[in-house]
Amino acid sequence: MIILLPVIIVGIIGLIAGIGLSVASKFMAVPADEKQEKIRAALPGANCGACGYSGCDGYAAAVASGEASPDKCAPGGETAAKEIADILGVEIEIEHKTAFISCSGSGGIAKSKYNYTGMESCAAAAALYSGPLECGYGCIGLGDCVKACPFGAILTENGKPVVCGDLCLGCGKCVEVCPKRLISLLPKNHTVTVACANRQKGPSVAKNCEVSCVACRLCEKQCDAGAIKVIDNLAVIDYSLCTGCGKCKAACRRGVIL
Amino acid sequence: MSSTTIVSILIAGILTNNMVLSKFLGICPFLGVSKKTKTAFSMSIAVTLVMVISTAVTWPIYTYILYPDYTYLQTIVFILVIAAIVQFIEIVLKRYIKPIYNALGIYLPLITTNCAVLGITMLNITDELDFVKSLFNALGAGLGFMLAMLLFSGVRERLETSDISEFLKGLPVTLIAAAIVSLSFLGFAGIGG
Repeated sequence: MIILLPVIIVGIIGLIAGIGLSVASKFMAVPADEKQEKIRAALPGANCGACGYSGCDGYAAAVASGEASPDKCAPGGETAAKEIADILGVEIEIEHKTAFISCSGSGGIAKSKYNYTGMESCAAAAALYSGPLECGYGCIGLGDCVKACPFGAILTENGKPVVCGDLCLGCGKCVEVCPKRLISLLPKNHTVTVACANRQKGPSVAKNCEVSCVACRLCEKQCDAGAIKVIDNLAVIDYSLCTGCGKCKAACRRGVIL
Repeated sequence: MSSTTIVSILIAGILTNNMVLSKFLGICPFLGVSKKTKTAFSMSIAVTLVMVISTAVTWPIYTYILYPDYTYLQTIVFILVIAAIVQFIEIVLKRYIKPIYNALGIYLPLITTNCAVLGITMLNITDELDFVKSLFNALGAGLGFMLAMLLFSGVRERLETSDISEFLKGLPVTLIAAAIVSLSFLGFAGIGG
Protein backbone atom coordinates (compact mmCIF):
# COMPACT_ATOMS: atom_id res chain seq x y z
CA MET A 1 0.00 0.00 0.00
CA ILE A 2 2.89 2.32 0.73
CA ILE A 3 4.03 2.13 -2.85
CA LEU A 4 0.55 2.53 -4.35
CA LEU A 5 -0.11 6.18 -3.53
CA PRO A 6 3.14 7.59 -5.00
CA VAL A 7 2.54 5.50 -8.12
CA ILE A 8 -0.93 6.95 -8.41
CA ILE A 9 0.34 10.51 -7.84
CA VAL A 10 3.03 10.27 -10.52
CA GLY A 11 0.61 8.42 -12.80
CA ILE A 12 -2.05 11.08 -12.50
CA ILE A 13 0.41 13.93 -13.07
CA GLY A 14 1.76 12.09 -16.11
CA LEU A 15 -1.74 11.45 -17.38
CA ILE A 16 -2.75 15.09 -17.01
CA ALA A 17 0.41 16.20 -18.80
CA GLY A 18 -0.11 13.62 -21.54
CA ILE A 19 -3.76 14.46 -22.13
CA GLY A 20 -2.98 18.17 -22.01
CA LEU A 21 -0.26 17.78 -24.62
CA SER A 22 -2.27 15.60 -26.96
CA VAL A 23 -5.26 17.95 -26.75
CA ALA A 24 -2.98 20.92 -27.32
CA SER A 25 -1.27 19.31 -30.29
CA LYS A 26 -4.65 18.54 -31.82
CA PHE A 27 -6.25 21.92 -31.34
CA MET A 28 -3.20 24.01 -32.02
CA ALA A 29 -1.71 21.92 -34.80
CA VAL A 30 0.02 23.85 -37.51
CA PRO A 31 -0.23 22.40 -40.99
CA ALA A 32 3.29 21.40 -41.93
CA ASP A 33 4.80 22.82 -45.08
CA GLU A 34 3.46 20.45 -47.72
CA LYS A 35 6.10 21.42 -50.24
CA GLN A 36 8.90 20.71 -47.82
CA GLU A 37 7.56 17.26 -47.00
CA LYS A 38 7.21 16.39 -50.66
CA ILE A 39 10.77 17.52 -51.35
CA ARG A 40 12.01 15.52 -48.39
CA ALA A 41 10.28 12.45 -49.83
CA ALA A 42 12.00 12.98 -53.18
CA LEU A 43 15.44 13.01 -51.56
CA PRO A 44 17.29 9.72 -51.04
CA GLY A 45 17.77 10.24 -47.30
CA ALA A 46 21.50 9.49 -47.23
CA ASN A 47 22.10 12.54 -44.99
CA CYS A 48 25.55 12.80 -46.58
CA GLY A 49 25.73 16.59 -46.37
CA ALA A 50 27.08 17.00 -49.90
CA CYS A 51 24.50 19.73 -50.51
CA GLY A 52 26.06 21.84 -47.75
CA TYR A 53 23.12 21.57 -45.35
CA SER A 54 22.87 19.64 -42.10
CA GLY A 55 21.02 16.75 -43.72
CA CYS A 56 18.17 15.89 -46.05
CA ASP A 57 15.66 17.65 -43.79
CA GLY A 58 17.71 20.83 -43.71
CA TYR A 59 18.15 20.79 -47.46
CA ALA A 60 14.43 20.17 -48.03
CA ALA A 61 13.60 23.17 -45.85
CA ALA A 62 16.14 25.32 -47.69
CA VAL A 63 14.76 24.32 -51.09
CA ALA A 64 11.17 24.84 -49.99
CA SER A 65 11.96 28.36 -48.80
CA GLY A 66 13.72 29.12 -52.07
CA GLU A 67 17.09 29.45 -50.40
CA ALA A 68 18.74 26.55 -52.24
CA SER A 69 18.51 25.35 -55.81
CA PRO A 70 17.00 21.91 -56.41
CA ASP A 71 20.07 20.35 -58.05
CA LYS A 72 22.37 20.24 -55.02
CA CYS A 73 21.65 16.65 -54.01
CA ALA A 74 24.55 14.53 -55.26
CA PRO A 75 23.26 11.05 -54.33
CA GLY A 76 19.78 11.80 -55.66
CA GLY A 77 21.28 13.04 -58.91
CA GLU A 78 19.09 13.77 -61.87
CA THR A 79 15.99 11.92 -60.71
CA ALA A 80 15.81 13.73 -57.39
CA ALA A 81 16.57 17.10 -58.97
CA LYS A 82 13.84 16.59 -61.58
CA GLU A 83 11.30 15.51 -58.99
CA ILE A 84 12.08 18.52 -56.82
CA ALA A 85 11.90 20.81 -59.83
CA ASP A 86 8.46 19.35 -60.62
CA ILE A 87 7.30 19.99 -57.05
CA LEU A 88 8.54 23.58 -57.22
CA GLY A 89 7.27 23.99 -60.77
CA VAL A 90 10.58 25.16 -62.20
CA GLU A 91 12.79 23.97 -65.03
CA ILE A 92 16.37 23.02 -64.35
CA GLU A 93 19.29 21.85 -66.37
CA ILE A 94 21.52 19.30 -64.76
CA GLU A 95 25.18 18.77 -65.38
CA HIS A 96 26.51 15.46 -64.16
CA LYS A 97 29.85 15.47 -62.49
CA THR A 98 32.26 12.76 -61.59
CA ALA A 99 35.46 12.78 -59.58
CA PHE A 100 38.76 12.43 -61.37
CA ILE A 101 42.20 11.89 -59.86
CA SER A 102 44.81 13.79 -61.88
CA CYS A 103 47.67 11.39 -61.33
CA SER A 104 48.30 7.82 -62.38
CA GLY A 105 51.80 7.56 -60.98
CA SER A 106 51.03 5.98 -57.61
CA GLY A 107 51.47 2.28 -56.98
CA GLY A 108 55.17 2.11 -57.78
CA ILE A 109 55.28 3.96 -61.11
CA ALA A 110 56.59 7.25 -59.77
CA LYS A 111 59.94 7.08 -58.01
CA SER A 112 60.02 7.04 -54.22
CA LYS A 113 61.96 9.55 -52.19
CA TYR A 114 61.94 7.49 -49.00
CA ASN A 115 60.22 4.41 -47.60
CA TYR A 116 57.13 5.54 -45.73
CA THR A 117 56.08 3.25 -42.88
CA GLY A 118 53.83 5.56 -40.88
CA MET A 119 50.08 5.52 -40.49
CA GLU A 120 47.92 4.73 -43.52
CA SER A 121 46.96 8.26 -44.36
CA CYS A 122 47.90 10.51 -47.26
CA ALA A 123 47.55 13.56 -45.02
CA ALA A 124 50.08 12.13 -42.55
CA ALA A 125 52.48 11.07 -45.29
CA ALA A 126 52.20 14.43 -47.03
CA ALA A 127 53.25 16.16 -43.81
CA LEU A 128 56.60 14.34 -43.95
CA TYR A 129 58.84 16.03 -46.53
CA SER A 130 55.74 16.62 -48.69
CA GLY A 131 55.16 12.92 -49.17
CA PRO A 132 57.20 9.82 -50.00
CA LEU A 133 57.35 10.50 -53.76
CA GLU A 134 60.10 12.32 -55.64
CA CYS A 135 57.26 14.06 -57.46
CA GLY A 136 55.89 16.59 -55.01
CA TYR A 137 52.58 16.80 -56.88
CA GLY A 138 51.74 13.11 -57.24
CA CYS A 139 49.23 10.78 -55.66
CA ILE A 140 50.56 9.22 -52.45
CA GLY A 141 48.13 6.33 -52.82
CA LEU A 142 47.34 5.66 -49.15
CA GLY A 143 43.66 6.05 -49.83
CA ASP A 144 42.34 9.07 -47.93
CA CYS A 145 39.91 9.53 -50.81
CA VAL A 146 38.89 5.85 -50.65
CA LYS A 147 37.98 6.29 -46.97
CA ALA A 148 36.22 9.59 -47.58
CA CYS A 149 33.89 8.31 -50.32
CA PRO A 150 30.44 7.73 -48.81
CA PHE A 151 29.39 5.55 -51.74
CA GLY A 152 32.40 3.23 -52.07
CA ALA A 153 33.07 4.59 -55.53
CA ILE A 154 36.85 4.89 -55.16
CA LEU A 155 38.74 1.59 -55.16
CA THR A 156 42.43 0.86 -54.75
CA GLU A 157 43.88 -1.08 -57.65
CA ASN A 158 47.59 -1.98 -57.49
CA GLY A 159 48.19 0.73 -54.93
CA LYS A 160 46.45 3.32 -57.03
CA PRO A 161 43.05 4.87 -56.23
CA VAL A 162 40.60 4.54 -59.12
CA VAL A 163 37.23 6.24 -59.41
CA CYS A 164 34.51 3.85 -60.45
CA GLY A 165 32.54 5.99 -62.87
CA ASP A 166 29.12 4.40 -62.36
CA LEU A 167 29.20 4.62 -58.59
CA CYS A 168 30.58 8.15 -58.34
CA LEU A 169 27.82 10.69 -57.82
CA GLY A 170 30.05 13.74 -57.80
CA CYS A 171 29.50 14.78 -54.18
CA GLY A 172 33.03 16.15 -53.90
CA LYS A 173 33.91 14.69 -50.51
CA CYS A 174 37.15 13.25 -51.88
CA VAL A 175 38.12 16.61 -53.36
CA GLU A 176 38.43 18.06 -49.88
CA VAL A 177 40.49 15.28 -48.30
CA CYS A 178 43.25 14.89 -50.91
CA PRO A 179 46.32 16.62 -49.43
CA LYS A 180 47.75 17.06 -52.92
CA ARG A 181 44.53 18.58 -54.27
CA LEU A 182 44.58 16.08 -57.14
CA ILE A 183 40.88 15.35 -57.33
CA SER A 184 38.50 17.51 -59.32
CA LEU A 185 34.92 17.18 -60.43
CA LEU A 186 34.60 16.89 -64.18
CA PRO A 187 31.57 16.69 -66.46
CA LYS A 188 30.46 13.05 -66.50
CA ASN A 189 30.47 12.80 -70.28
CA HIS A 190 34.11 13.89 -70.66
CA THR A 191 36.25 11.80 -73.02
CA VAL A 192 39.71 13.17 -72.28
CA THR A 193 41.48 14.10 -69.06
CA VAL A 194 45.01 15.00 -68.08
CA ALA A 195 46.23 12.52 -65.48
CA CYS A 196 49.15 14.54 -64.19
CA ALA A 197 49.44 17.53 -61.90
CA ASN A 198 53.17 18.20 -61.99
CA ARG A 199 54.04 21.78 -62.87
CA GLN A 200 57.79 21.35 -62.86
CA LYS A 201 59.85 21.57 -66.06
CA GLY A 202 60.07 18.57 -68.42
CA PRO A 203 63.43 16.85 -67.73
CA SER A 204 63.15 16.59 -63.94
CA VAL A 205 59.56 15.40 -64.23
CA ALA A 206 60.43 12.72 -66.80
CA LYS A 207 63.21 11.39 -64.57
CA ASN A 208 60.86 10.75 -61.63
CA CYS A 209 57.77 9.39 -63.30
CA GLU A 210 56.96 7.55 -66.52
CA VAL A 211 53.41 8.81 -66.78
CA SER A 212 54.06 12.51 -66.39
CA CYS A 213 53.31 15.59 -68.44
CA VAL A 214 56.59 17.06 -69.68
CA ALA A 215 54.88 20.02 -71.34
CA CYS A 216 55.92 19.00 -74.86
CA ARG A 217 52.85 20.77 -76.32
CA LEU A 218 52.07 17.97 -78.80
CA CYS A 219 48.50 17.87 -77.56
CA GLU A 220 48.14 21.63 -77.83
CA LYS A 221 49.21 21.54 -81.46
CA GLN A 222 46.76 18.75 -82.31
CA CYS A 223 43.71 20.36 -80.77
CA ASP A 224 41.47 22.07 -83.36
CA ALA A 225 39.18 23.62 -80.80
CA GLY A 226 41.99 25.21 -78.78
CA ALA A 227 40.66 23.49 -75.68
CA ILE A 228 43.90 21.99 -74.42
CA LYS A 229 46.70 24.35 -73.44
CA VAL A 230 49.97 23.93 -71.63
CA ILE A 231 49.92 26.32 -68.70
CA ASP A 232 52.82 26.35 -66.22
CA ASN A 233 54.38 23.21 -67.73
CA LEU A 234 51.14 21.25 -67.52
CA ALA A 235 48.46 20.45 -70.09
CA VAL A 236 45.07 21.80 -69.02
CA ILE A 237 41.75 21.10 -70.73
CA ASP A 238 39.02 23.70 -70.96
CA TYR A 239 35.87 21.56 -70.96
CA SER A 240 33.68 24.35 -72.23
CA LEU A 241 35.65 24.23 -75.50
CA CYS A 242 36.54 20.52 -75.67
CA THR A 243 34.72 18.62 -78.42
CA GLY A 244 35.92 15.24 -77.20
CA CYS A 245 37.59 14.34 -80.49
CA GLY A 246 40.42 12.52 -78.73
CA LYS A 247 43.25 13.81 -80.94
CA CYS A 248 45.24 14.93 -77.91
CA LYS A 249 44.95 11.46 -76.42
CA ALA A 250 46.42 9.94 -79.55
CA ALA A 251 49.17 12.56 -79.69
CA CYS A 252 50.43 12.17 -76.12
CA ARG A 253 53.54 10.03 -76.03
CA ARG A 254 53.65 9.63 -72.29
CA GLY A 255 50.18 8.24 -71.73
CA VAL A 256 49.16 11.17 -69.60
CA ILE A 257 45.96 12.00 -71.43
CA LEU A 258 43.32 9.40 -70.64
CA MET B 1 17.37 32.91 2.94
CA SER B 2 13.84 33.32 4.30
CA SER B 3 14.34 36.96 5.26
CA THR B 4 15.77 38.04 1.91
CA THR B 5 14.02 40.58 -0.24
CA ILE B 6 13.04 40.21 -3.87
CA VAL B 7 15.80 42.57 -5.00
CA SER B 8 18.51 40.66 -3.20
CA ILE B 9 17.14 37.40 -4.63
CA LEU B 10 17.43 38.84 -8.14
CA ILE B 11 20.97 40.10 -7.56
CA ALA B 12 22.00 36.80 -6.02
CA GLY B 13 20.56 34.90 -8.97
CA ILE B 14 22.32 37.05 -11.53
CA LEU B 15 25.71 37.58 -9.87
CA THR B 16 26.62 35.70 -6.71
CA ASN B 17 24.76 32.46 -7.31
CA ASN B 18 25.03 32.55 -11.07
CA MET B 19 23.54 29.34 -12.42
CA VAL B 20 26.34 28.59 -14.86
CA LEU B 21 29.39 30.25 -13.39
CA SER B 22 28.91 29.58 -9.68
CA LYS B 23 26.66 26.52 -9.49
CA PHE B 24 27.92 24.88 -12.70
CA LEU B 25 24.47 23.94 -13.89
CA GLY B 26 23.49 24.16 -17.54
CA ILE B 27 27.04 23.77 -18.79
CA CYS B 28 25.86 21.92 -21.88
CA PRO B 29 24.05 24.87 -23.52
CA PHE B 30 26.70 27.20 -22.09
CA LEU B 31 29.36 25.44 -24.17
CA GLY B 32 27.16 24.25 -27.01
CA VAL B 33 25.14 27.31 -27.95
CA SER B 34 27.47 30.16 -27.08
CA LYS B 35 29.25 30.38 -30.42
CA LYS B 36 27.22 33.33 -31.63
CA THR B 37 25.78 36.13 -29.55
CA LYS B 38 22.46 35.93 -31.39
CA THR B 39 21.82 32.25 -30.72
CA ALA B 40 23.13 32.62 -27.17
CA PHE B 41 20.54 35.34 -26.59
CA SER B 42 17.71 33.23 -28.06
CA MET B 43 18.70 30.29 -25.89
CA SER B 44 18.85 32.45 -22.76
CA ILE B 45 15.40 33.88 -23.42
CA ALA B 46 14.04 30.36 -23.83
CA VAL B 47 15.73 29.19 -20.63
CA THR B 48 14.46 32.17 -18.63
CA LEU B 49 10.93 31.64 -19.93
CA VAL B 50 10.93 27.93 -19.14
CA MET B 51 12.51 28.49 -15.69
CA VAL B 52 9.80 30.92 -14.61
CA ILE B 53 6.91 28.89 -15.98
CA SER B 54 8.30 25.64 -14.56
CA THR B 55 8.68 27.21 -11.16
CA ALA B 56 5.12 28.48 -11.34
CA VAL B 57 3.91 24.91 -11.90
CA THR B 58 6.31 22.84 -9.82
CA TRP B 59 6.09 24.96 -6.67
CA PRO B 60 2.35 24.36 -6.13
CA ILE B 61 2.74 20.68 -7.04
CA TYR B 62 5.42 20.27 -4.40
CA THR B 63 3.72 22.31 -1.72
CA TYR B 64 0.18 20.99 -2.08
CA ILE B 65 0.64 17.44 -3.41
CA LEU B 66 4.08 16.07 -2.54
CA TYR B 67 4.69 17.77 0.80
CA PRO B 68 5.20 16.33 3.40
CA ASP B 69 4.82 12.60 2.67
CA TYR B 70 6.10 12.19 -0.86
CA THR B 71 8.98 14.64 -1.11
CA TYR B 72 11.21 11.89 -2.48
CA LEU B 73 9.13 11.99 -5.67
CA GLN B 74 10.36 15.54 -6.26
CA THR B 75 12.97 14.74 -8.92
CA ILE B 76 10.89 12.44 -11.10
CA VAL B 77 7.75 14.57 -10.90
CA PHE B 78 9.65 17.75 -11.67
CA ILE B 79 11.34 16.20 -14.70
CA LEU B 80 7.99 14.96 -15.95
CA VAL B 81 6.32 18.31 -15.46
CA ILE B 82 9.15 20.33 -16.99
CA ALA B 83 9.28 18.08 -20.07
CA ALA B 84 5.52 18.44 -20.53
CA ILE B 85 5.67 22.22 -20.04
CA VAL B 86 8.43 22.65 -22.61
CA GLN B 87 6.48 20.62 -25.14
CA PHE B 88 3.38 22.65 -24.40
CA ILE B 89 5.20 25.98 -24.75
CA GLU B 90 6.59 24.78 -28.05
CA ILE B 91 3.13 23.93 -29.38
CA VAL B 92 1.69 27.24 -28.23
CA LEU B 93 4.54 29.28 -29.68
CA LYS B 94 4.36 27.41 -32.99
CA ARG B 95 0.66 28.14 -33.24
CA TYR B 96 0.42 31.72 -32.05
CA ILE B 97 3.85 33.40 -32.03
CA LYS B 98 5.65 31.92 -35.01
CA PRO B 99 8.54 34.47 -35.10
CA ILE B 100 9.60 33.58 -31.55
CA TYR B 101 9.24 29.89 -32.35
CA ASN B 102 11.53 30.31 -35.35
CA ALA B 103 14.02 32.36 -33.36
CA LEU B 104 14.24 29.78 -30.58
CA GLY B 105 14.30 26.92 -33.07
CA ILE B 106 16.00 23.82 -31.77
CA TYR B 107 16.85 25.38 -28.39
CA LEU B 108 13.40 25.10 -26.93
CA PRO B 109 13.16 21.28 -27.06
CA LEU B 110 16.78 21.10 -25.89
CA ILE B 111 15.77 22.75 -22.62
CA THR B 112 13.59 19.76 -21.76
CA THR B 113 16.58 17.99 -20.30
CA ASN B 114 18.46 21.05 -19.08
CA CYS B 115 19.73 20.62 -15.54
CA ALA B 116 19.67 24.38 -14.89
CA VAL B 117 15.87 24.36 -15.17
CA LEU B 118 15.49 21.30 -12.94
CA GLY B 119 18.11 22.79 -10.63
CA ILE B 120 16.31 26.09 -10.08
CA THR B 121 12.97 24.42 -9.38
CA MET B 122 14.59 22.15 -6.79
CA LEU B 123 16.67 24.94 -5.25
CA ASN B 124 13.49 26.95 -4.71
CA ILE B 125 12.21 24.08 -2.58
CA THR B 126 15.52 23.56 -0.73
CA ASP B 127 15.81 27.27 0.08
CA GLU B 128 12.21 27.27 1.38
CA LEU B 129 11.18 30.28 -0.66
CA ASP B 130 7.53 31.24 -0.93
CA PHE B 131 5.74 31.31 -4.28
CA VAL B 132 6.50 34.90 -5.33
CA LYS B 133 10.11 34.70 -4.20
CA SER B 134 10.50 31.42 -6.07
CA LEU B 135 9.32 33.11 -9.25
CA PHE B 136 11.82 35.93 -8.80
CA ASN B 137 14.56 33.47 -7.98
CA ALA B 138 13.82 31.67 -11.25
CA LEU B 139 13.79 34.98 -13.13
CA GLY B 140 17.10 35.95 -11.55
CA ALA B 141 18.64 32.60 -12.42
CA GLY B 142 17.43 32.98 -16.01
CA LEU B 143 18.86 36.47 -16.28
CA GLY B 144 22.09 35.21 -14.73
CA PHE B 145 22.18 32.47 -17.34
CA MET B 146 21.66 35.11 -20.02
CA LEU B 147 24.46 37.27 -18.62
CA ALA B 148 26.84 34.31 -18.58
CA MET B 149 25.86 33.26 -22.10
CA LEU B 150 26.23 36.77 -23.53
CA LEU B 151 29.57 37.39 -21.82
CA PHE B 152 30.90 34.04 -22.90
CA SER B 153 29.65 34.29 -26.47
CA GLY B 154 31.65 37.51 -26.71
CA VAL B 155 34.73 35.66 -25.46
CA ARG B 156 34.13 32.85 -27.93
CA GLU B 157 33.70 35.17 -30.87
CA ARG B 158 37.10 36.58 -30.01
CA LEU B 159 38.52 33.07 -29.67
CA GLU B 160 37.29 32.18 -33.17
CA THR B 161 39.52 34.76 -34.78
CA SER B 162 42.56 34.39 -32.56
CA ASP B 163 45.59 32.27 -33.33
CA ILE B 164 45.41 29.23 -31.04
CA SER B 165 47.77 26.25 -30.91
CA GLU B 166 46.45 23.16 -32.66
CA PHE B 167 46.19 21.07 -29.50
CA LEU B 168 44.10 23.71 -27.72
CA LYS B 169 41.73 24.47 -30.58
CA GLY B 170 38.03 23.93 -30.09
CA LEU B 171 36.79 22.54 -26.79
CA PRO B 172 40.00 22.72 -24.69
CA VAL B 173 40.47 26.47 -25.08
CA THR B 174 36.73 26.97 -24.63
CA LEU B 175 36.83 25.16 -21.29
CA ILE B 176 39.84 27.16 -20.15
CA ALA B 177 38.10 30.39 -21.12
CA ALA B 178 34.96 29.25 -19.27
CA ALA B 179 37.04 28.58 -16.17
CA ILE B 180 38.53 32.09 -16.30
CA VAL B 181 35.12 33.72 -16.77
CA SER B 182 33.85 31.63 -13.87
CA LEU B 183 36.79 32.76 -11.70
CA SER B 184 35.93 36.39 -12.37
CA PHE B 185 32.44 35.76 -10.97
CA LEU B 186 34.04 34.62 -7.72
CA GLY B 187 34.63 38.32 -7.13
CA PHE B 188 30.88 38.82 -6.63
CA ALA B 189 30.77 36.46 -3.67
CA GLY B 190 29.41 38.25 -0.64
CA ILE B 191 27.23 40.77 -2.49
CA GLY B 192 23.52 40.63 -1.80
CA GLY B 193 23.68 37.79 0.72
